Amino acid sequence: MYVAVKGGEKAIKSSLKLLENKRKETGTKSIEINQIKEQLSFAVDRVINEGSLYDKDLSALAIKQSQGDLVEAIFLLRAYRTTLERYAYSTAIDTSKIIIKRRISASFKDIPGGQILGPTFDYSHRLLDFSLMKEDEINSYENINNQEPKNKEFPSVIDYLNNENLLEQEINNLKDNPFDVTRDPMKFPASRDQWMQILARGDEGFLLGLSYSAIRGFGSKGTHPFVGEIKYGIVDIFISPDELGFEICIGSIEISECQMIDQFEGNKNTPPQFTRGYGLTFGYNERKSMAISIVDRALKSEGYGEEIKFPIQDHEFVLYHADNVEAQGFVTHLKLPHYVDFQGELNLIRKLRNEILQGKKL
Amino acid sequence: MKTGFNFAYLDEATKRMIRRKILKAVCIPGYQCPFGGREMPLAYGWGTGGIQVTASIIGKEDILKVIDQGADDTTNAVSIKNFFKRVCNIMTTDKTAEASLIQTRHRIPETTLNKDQIIVYQVPQPEPLRKLEPKEKETRKLHAYKEYALMHVKLYEEISQFGSVIKTWAYPVETNNRYITDPTPIPKFDNPKMNNMEALQLFGAGREKRIYAIPPYTKVKSLDFEDHPFEIQTWDECCSICGSTKSYLDEIIINNEGKKNFICSDTDFCKSNLEKNK
Repeated sequence: MYVAVKGGEKAIKSSLKLLENKRKETGTKSIEINQIKEQLSFAVDRVINEGSLYDKDLSALAIKQSQGDLVEAIFLLRAYRTTLERYAYSTAIDTSKIIIKRRISASFKDIPGGQILGPTFDYSHRLLDFSLMKEDEINSYENINNQEPKNKEFPSVIDYLNNENLLEQEINNLKDNPFDVTRDPMKFPASRDQWMQILARGDEGFLLGLSYSAIRGFGSKGTHPFVGEIKYGIVDIFISPDELGFEICIGSIEISECQMIDQFEGNKNTPPQFTRGYGLTFGYNERKSMAISIVDRALKSEGYGEEIKFPIQDHEFVLYHADNVEAQGFVTHLKLPHYVDFQGELNLIRKLRNEILQGKKL
Repeated sequence: MKTGFNFAYLDEATKRMIRRKILKAVCIPGYQCPFGGREMPLAYGWGTGGIQVTASIIGKEDILKVIDQGADDTTNAVSIKNFFKRVCNIMTTDKTAEASLIQTRHRIPETTLNKDQIIVYQVPQPEPLRKLEPKEKETRKLHAYKEYALMHVKLYEEISQFGSVIKTWAYPVETNNRYITDPTPIPKFDNPKMNNMEALQLFGAGREKRIYAIPPYTKVKSLDFEDHPFEIQTWDECCSICGSTKSYLDEIIINNEGKKNFICSDTDFCKSNLEKNK
């Protein structure tokens, strides 16, 4: 029985024990962190994104500790990252200088540097592979990556449209360090750096649902966005410490990037042109980077003077509700005792009913 | 004892940032100050705001009391108290009179607080107008212009429909003749205790990243109308343990036929009242 009133301390202790036992009770072999990292890499990548900490080992540890509850793993990683010191802000990454693993465009048949399919579930038939039920050691690894891409640089494909001014320009108007959602409270109207951060660490399911709503009809003007380019690969991270005065590379990270092209009818000041939605995530999170790019475009609606009609265009709606650490906390807090408030409601409803039943009213 | 964490978990820079916000909040009673809330190792909605406020003001000499629903031994209160024991290695107490710092969820203790005490409220939703206007951009303006017609109309509508205001908890108050303030989900029974309280009242909303305060001896008025004055809850029953008729009561179902008992929600008050009456 769940008794909130008495014995809280003992109950908590037992509860933690029972939870730990859940993982152990049948005595299976403990999973190694490396196994999670290598063999459940998509889960690991989701957790580094929404946990907003690029550390695949800790992500794997969090997944193990949370017994596969990814929202819980994300929460663990967030609670850890908040204790870390902030040494520096990196300079903006340059995604044209990328060790490319995958790169496609749905807008152009061929692109300089070529389309590179890379590893993807896209054309796998979603049939359960029963051979995995009993897989021996992974030793039959077949290296097929024999064709190194010739290019070392992959400039953004859609920038080619810029030559004709068909595409809105992305202008860097950051004066100082970017807004930091981990240090500063949310501000409205939200700036793009602020919302891009919130989207990058936002809940994948929420963003996927929102972006789906937009392209199904609960979005601007019922236009259909085009994938200008999707990239997945490794980029270098640079910082530029004041005392050095030049940039130094501090490591590299995997990223997924999506550039979405969308229409814009133009207004009094601007002739019709293509607009962009941009999505960037840590690791291999292509689906999420696509969702972000659609949400990003929708959040720009206000700036274009478009009518704000749908949830996805509404800054407060999207940005306040995208974070699953906040969302899961608040939704699950409902299971905390509320009997003081509920007593107030009981008290009231009895009074109201008595008044009515005794004919005072109606 | 070494805890492996900075005293009270938060780093000193964060504590200083929060203290500055608290000072600002004290200077503008009832005004919601945005602050750079941090992620805590406790779920949002479970007291992260209260914990951050407590963590930034707690000192080694403090004696901490934590209650949830008025009780010291509810699971979440125990969990928060254990957290501070672990990261501060400080004294805790169940006795309201002994505590220098009280963190609470949903109740104000029945025992009158004094000028040497601070009470920290956990706040789920700091914005009293949120249910009437979902947008922060708008509610900030409404507060700035002291434009509270929405709230008055809402209360009026309840009276016209039900004969009285039907808000039984989180009943809105006006602080220092200025800001309409959310008293947190305490029962309206507790609202009068906020008025002219000797203790400093601090409010922390972690998820919403807001801090607000009511300084000692500040006027706090529950919103009402002249012909429909504010009233608190009353019971026909008394506490079945200590016999109190003056405390807020919880209803306990004691058998399958739905027979019920009423007991004090404030467990410390109930205990000392029982001892007094012996």
